This record gives sequence, structure tokens and C-alpha cells, in this order.
Amino acid sequence: MMRHRDHYAGALIAAIGAFAVVEGRSYGVGSLTAMGSGFFPVALGVGMVVLGIAMAVVPQSAPTGHANLHKVSAPDWRAAAAIAAGVVLFIALANSAGLAPAIFGCVFASALGTRTTTVKEAALLSLGVTVFGVLLFRYGLQVPFPILAGVIY
Amino acid sequence: MEGSFAGLAHGFDVALAWHNLIWCFVGVVVGNMVGVLPGMGVLSTISILLPLTFSMQPVAALLMLSGIYYGAQYGGAICSILLNLPCHPPHAVTCLDGYPMTKQGRGGVALGITMLAAIIGAAFGIGQMMVLAPYIASIAFKFGPQEICALMLLGLLAGSTLAKGSPIKGISMTLFGILLSLAGTDINTGNERFTFGYAELSDGFELVAISLGLFGIAEFLKSVNSVSLAGVKNVRLGFRDLRPSRADLRQGLPPILRGTVIGSLCSLIPGTGPTIASFIAYAMEKKISRTPERFGYGAIEGVASPEASTHSAVQGDFIPTMSLGIPGDAVMALLLGALMIHGIQPGPRLIIEQPDIFWGLIASFWIGNIILVVLNVPLIGIWVKLLMVPYRYLYPTALFFVCIGVFATRNEMFDVAATLGFGAFGYLLLQLGFEPAPILLGFVLGPRLEENFRRALLLSRGSMETFIDRPISAVFIGISVLLLAAQVYAAVRKMRAPVKLPEEAFD
Repeated sequence: MMRHRDHYAGALIAAIGAFAVVEGRSYGVGSLTAMGSGFFPVALGVGMVVLGIAMAVVPQSAPTGHANLHKVSAPDWRAAAAIAAGVVLFIALANSAGLAPAIFGCVFASALGTRTTTVKEAALLSLGVTVFGVLLFRYGLQVPFPILAGVIY
Repeated sequence: MEGSFAGLAHGFDVALAWHNLIWCFVGVVVGNMVGVLPGMGVLSTISILLPLTFSMQPVAALLMLSGIYYGAQYGGAICSILLNLPCHPPHAVTCLDGYPMTKQGRGGVALGITMLAAIIGAAFGIGQMMVLAPYIASIAFKFGPQEICALMLLGLLAGSTLAKGSPIKGISMTLFGILLSLAGTDINTGNERFTFGYAELSDGFELVAISLGLFGIAEFLKSVNSVSLAGVKNVRLGFRDLRPSRADLRQGLPPILRGTVIGSLCSLIPGTGPTIASFIAYAMEKKISRTPERFGYGAIEGVASPEASTHSAVQGDFIPTMSLGIPGDAVMALLLGALMIHGIQPGPRLIIEQPDIFWGLIASFWIGNIILVVLNVPLIGIWVKLLMVPYRYLYPTALFFVCIGVFATRNEMFDVAATLGFGAFGYLLLQLGFEPAPILLGFVLGPRLEENFRRALLLSRGSMETFIDRPISAVFIGISVLLLAAQVYAAVRKMRAPVKLPEEAFD
């Protein structure tokens, strides 16, 4: 597992590096005396490709220190989906529907990311944060959104 | 030295001005609270509050943001000692002996000795900064682009290889961070780089979006279903319970002094911040102890020494940041970014050109640490109650703060989407065993590195030898090469002898 992980990690870094090289070349590399915009991206990209390959070849050191600190659990798709939905709802609702629905949607959706939180709990929490958030950000810090589009400005 | 005292006097004038004092107070209290809460990091808190400081004066903003950093160190110990939760990396090692002390009913004493360690460690760290930072800056004053480049190279290398995790992965994260910093309009040519046609990217990525994505959202994803809290039992936390006995003091004071020295030494090497200092301090304390078998079962030295080293390292961390403009870790990178957002150029000129910031910051350290010790005694009961707030209520609220904070940076919804993207990417990085912190180092230093590199080679007409022709620059390059050689040597040795017990690192 650990070895596989390093292969994927190396591939990711090498791929980003290769992209930087290709993209950077199109900006013009120039010379050492007169560097073009592409010089640095290409140099960084080459470095990343080399490191990516090295990562897959050289065994990586095991993390040291307190065991709990570095423990990475398997991906938690429910949590990931809930948090992503929360941010997406905030983006989608803030301009169109207003600050209050955006806060409510963001908190409500993300709160459902745990297995223990009930819908009722999530709704109560969202309601509380919405009231607090509107007071602080609309009245206190004057964020430029309507509170509820078309109803309360 | 005399300059230091004049400066400090000026600093107290600045830091005691009521608006600065209030923000310092807010910073340390928020920091203290965040340090206690499991699953809330210093980095994400500073990033969330960063947009709120845009309308503040730069001095007040910096005092508050720094206060969060050292304030959190006071809270982190509470979490480790009472709950055995290593939620805050520099205090992870404190769990080893702090929690057994709690189980024996001596949790109060452990917290008391921690506070003593904190104030001694911090005082030493601040004193060191007062003396060393102006001195280092006065040397760095004469640096040309070659020296700046070489120094940045050294700082970035040290920052990415000495911290935890694999050095190859660390360096690749730094390079990725530099690459990210290049996105936007190239100041030398006016070309747009890596903007992919998005007008929102012509000024580059937002620092806040990157740090909240990588450390906020990715952190939530990691902890949502894994942070669970055990209740706090068997602890009495009145003023009397916190007071260590005479015997405790006799046992705890020498380790505190040793830890302080280790912390201050570690803080001078970029990349070895408080976390590494605390591990070294613990390991050394165990090694020189006549009764090493007590460690892990509630030895007071195992609490005192790492805690002192953490606090002195945290204060010392500011030295390279303030005197050279080169941050040693991600928190410092963020603070430096905050300064730049306020239009202040970091570097050796900062201390002379912005005495309000430098000396005000130092004075606020003294004030802040005293506030923290005074506050902690009556507030510990409240912090313990706060520990009971379930994480499942906390993270949705924090997520909303992330969204609105990133948006408010420049009223741009694009940045919120970018944050989500960085969050997902950061989570992928964590899964693949990367430590994303060096990305911030690279991101903050990237533009200055490119500019100085260009300038150096322009002056030398394209000759790379210019970096080793100049003595100071050659020394920095030499140390960098040694650093790399040491890493390669270690890797080669490991390849030959692949079987190694993980415990070895600890003993």
C-alpha cells in the first residue's frame, strides 16, 4: 500500500511538472541574461518531473513522531460530498437568493457530513448560525449581499 | 543593546495604545480558544480572520494575528494534558506524560507547570528576538539579489526538508507552491501566466483561498468523522490545584530551562519550528534522566521540557521572518503574506523603516504572554467546558466562516470556488502522504525569488557563477548543498538497510 501510494504521489508531481514545462514553453523561455516569462515555470516543471520520478524510485521515510498525528484514514465520501455541497450551495445562493439562504444551505448541507447528526439538529444549528451570521456580516461588516433577495435587503 | 531598550520603550507605547491593546487581547483569547478546540488549526484560524483585518491598521492586524499563534500554544497543552488528544502538533508529545498525570489526578499540577514553562520559554524567546533580529537585519542590509536568492534557496530547502515527512515530497510541495505563485500577470513582461482565460486570475491566486483550502477544508475532511471526544474526568482545576508543590518545582525547573534553550536553538534554523523542538526536548530529557523508566507514566519533566521548548521556539520563529523576510514555516508565511497585503515590504529594512510594527510586536508579545498566563488560571474551567462542544457542530459553522472570509478578501466568488478546489486537492495530497505546509512557503516567497533571480543574472550577464563568486552567497549555497547531501546520504543508507523500527526515532 505504502509503495503504491508513493507511485501515485510521484505520478501526480511529475504530471504537474510536465504540464508546467509544456505551458511554460509557450510563454517564451528566453536566455539566462534575458529571461522570458516561461523560464521559471519550465525550470520548476523540470524539477518537479525529476522529483516525481525520484519519489517513485526512492523509498520514502516512514513518518516519525506521535502515531495519531500522521494517521490518514480512508477517504470519507459522505463527509467530502457534504462539505463540497456546503461550499457549492454558498456560492450558488449568495448572489441569487441572498445571504440568509446561503448561510443556511452551507451549514445545513455540511452538517449532514457526519453519521451522528440528525436532520433536525442540522436545521437548528443552521438556523442559529444564520441569525448570527446575518447580524455579524450584513449589519456588522456590511457584506454586499441582500439578506433575502427581493424581500429583505 | 541600548538600541533594543529604546526600541522596546517605543514598542510599549505602540502596543499599549488602546486599539492595539484590544486587538492583541482579542488575538490571544481567540488563539487560546482555538488551541483548545480539537480539529481547529492555527493556520485556518489566521486565514479566516485575515480578511477581517484588511480594514484595520497594519500594526493592530499583525499583533492580533500573531497573538492567535502564540495564544494557541497555551490552549494546545490543555487539550493534550486533559484529553490525550494530540490535536495541536507542537503539543503532541506532551500527551505522553501529561495525560498519565491527569489519570493520577495531577492534571492541575501538569497545567500549572506548563504555564510556568510557557512564561519562561516565551520570555527567553522574546529576549532572543530583541537582541538577534536587529543584528541579523543589520547584516542582511547589504545583501544584493544574489545573496537574497541564495538565502531564499536555503530557507526553502530547510523549510521543506527538515520538517516532518519525506524530504523529496517536501521539496516537491515547495516547488508546487512557487509554481502557484507564478499564476497571474508577470510583472517583468506583462504576460499572463497560468490564468487559463480567467480574468479573476490575472492578479494570481489569493493567499487566503490557498491556505483555507489546504488547511481549512482539507482539515475538516480529515477530522469530520474521526474526532471524537472522551469526557474530562478526575480533574480539579481550582487555583490551588494548579499550583505545583515545592518538590514539583525542584523537579520541573531544570527541564524547563533545558527545554527553553533547545527551543530557542531550533527556532533559529528555518524549518525546525516548535513541533520538532518539542520532540527533541522530550527525547533529550528522557536520555539524560536517571530514571528514564518513569517517562510515559506521568514524569513531570516530560511535560515541562517540551512545553518550554515549544514556547521559546514559537517566539523565536519570528526572528527570520522579521529580520530577513524569510518565513520558517507556514504560519510565518501567512503572517508575512498579511504584512504584504497591508502594503509592507518584508525584509531587513522592516525593523528600521517600520519600528512601530517590529517593536510594537515585541512589546505585544510581553503583554500577550502575561495576559495569557493571568487569563488561563480563571478560564481553564471554561476551556474545559468548551472541549465538550462536539466537533460536528463546530465544523459546519467554521465552513461558513471560511466561505464568507474568502469571499470578503476581494468580494470575488471565484475565490470561494478556488478554495473548494484547493481543499479537494489538499485532501488528495494528504492521502498520498504529502505534507502541504511547504506550499505556503513557496507561494509567499515565489515572486521575490523569481524577481531576484532575474535581477542577479541580469547583473552578471547570464553567468550562474555570480552565486558562488560572492562570499556570503557562496556560504548560503554551500550550506544548501550540504543539506541536500545529508538528505541523499540518509536516503541511500536507508535503501541499504530498509528494515528499521519506527520507535527508533523516539528513543
